[in-house]
Amino acid sequence: MPVRFSFKSPIYFIFTDGKPHHPMHEFSIAMNIVDIATDYARKENASVVKEIEIEVGELAGVVMDALEFSLDIAVKESILEGADRKVIKIPGRARCRECSHTFAIHDLYTLCPKCNSPAPEILAGTELRVKSLLVE
Amino acid sequence: MCDTCGCGQSEPTIRKPGEENTHSPEDHEHSHEGHHHHDHDHSHSHDHGHNHSHDHDHDHDHGRGHSHTHAGDHTHPRKIEIEQDILGKNNLLAERNRGFFEAKNILALNLVSSPGSGKTTLLERTIRETGKELSFFIIEGDQQTMNDANRIAETGAPVVQVNTGEGCHLDAEMVNRAVKKLEVAEKAILMIENVGNLVCPALFDLGESFRVVIMSTTEGEDKPLKYPYMFRSSNLCIINKTDLLPYVDFDMARAREYTRRINPDLQIIELSVKTGEGMEQWYEWFKSKTR
Repeated sequence: MPVRFSFKSPIYFIFTDGKPHHPMHEFSIAMNIVDIATDYARKENASVVKEIEIEVGELAGVVMDALEFSLDIAVKESILEGADRKVIKIPGRARCRECSHTFAIHDLYTLCPKCNSPAPEILAGTELRVKSLLVE
Repeated sequence: MCDTCGCGQSEPTIRKPGEENTHSPEDHEHSHEGHHHHDHDHSHSHDHGHNHSHDHDHDHDHGRGHSHTHAGDHTHPRKIEIEQDILGKNNLLAERNRGFFEAKNILALNLVSSPGSGKTTLLERTIRETGKELSFFIIEGDQQTMNDANRIAETGAPVVQVNTGEGCHLDAEMVNRAVKKLEVAEKAILMIENVGNLVCPALFDLGESFRVVIMSTTEGEDKPLKYPYMFRSSNLCIINKTDLLPYVDFDMARAREYTRRINPDLQIIELSVKTGEGMEQWYEWFKSKTR
């Protein structure tokens, strides 16, 4: 689905449902990614970053389109400008607090498919990490 | 834009009521980390002390090859494994805030909600009714205006306003700076009114002792399902505007059920800031946390 942008301010945003959204936390996250890459590249005496790998869990509370859009802005005039971005999506997994059943989860309100208990423990899917940099 | 250094980065401002038109450098003591004013740390000249002149001419062959320091030589791409939490910097600073609050016996509450749920009115009434026995300090977070800080200032409680500009949430650094400016006293209750938004503030730990999410009966009772991150990470849920229940379609039983589905441990207090009904429970709740 196409995503349309509004440039009322650099981080105002219109999603596919057509409603204007708040300026978003994805922009802060994108700025943090740039800071982390800058720090590590400097420590490693690297002058160029060819590629960055980012891990984003399915339940991390991040809208991927919004993060991509924010990164497009945040990397300008930084060491990440021109770097390839590889986003590794990590699927959600949860364990029921009552019956210990382990299952795939795509949101935070799904009940345990076996015993209907709410709010399972999240085992995976909340990751939000810079995994690696390919530098020169 | 910052008038002090002319850099274009939008920085949050932190001001007390009455400081609207003043502009002192400490209002935005930005660390300049994000923008590259001082990148000089790599100009070290790599002397390595190899100037010793070796007059005696047995020619040790330097087989170790001193090629390791020449920064320009790195033509082969190499992979650095980082595995760093993107929110790590905020989390670290939040823990520093938390340590400070604990050491000073400060109860810090992070109040989060949609715009218009009645956070500021809740604070006003709380301070008016319990401010004689308890010491309150308030941080107001909004994108723009001093309005909320000015309202709180009327109650007599010390307050600073954080204007996040384009930001949609408070973060640990803003709170850290605001706390310094406020000079929060020992054993105080620090109320941090976050930017009205149930999405973004969920991911940003401020170092608070407890997170309090506020919803109101003029909103849909499915707010917990729609914004599960916030409800999952909160310790107390206040349902405000119960005086309007006869006039709205809000289904309290369903609201409680949805809240439980997201976070079974979340305590719920129903109240009306306007009539005062239920306020006593809220006072009991935070007083019990200060003991």
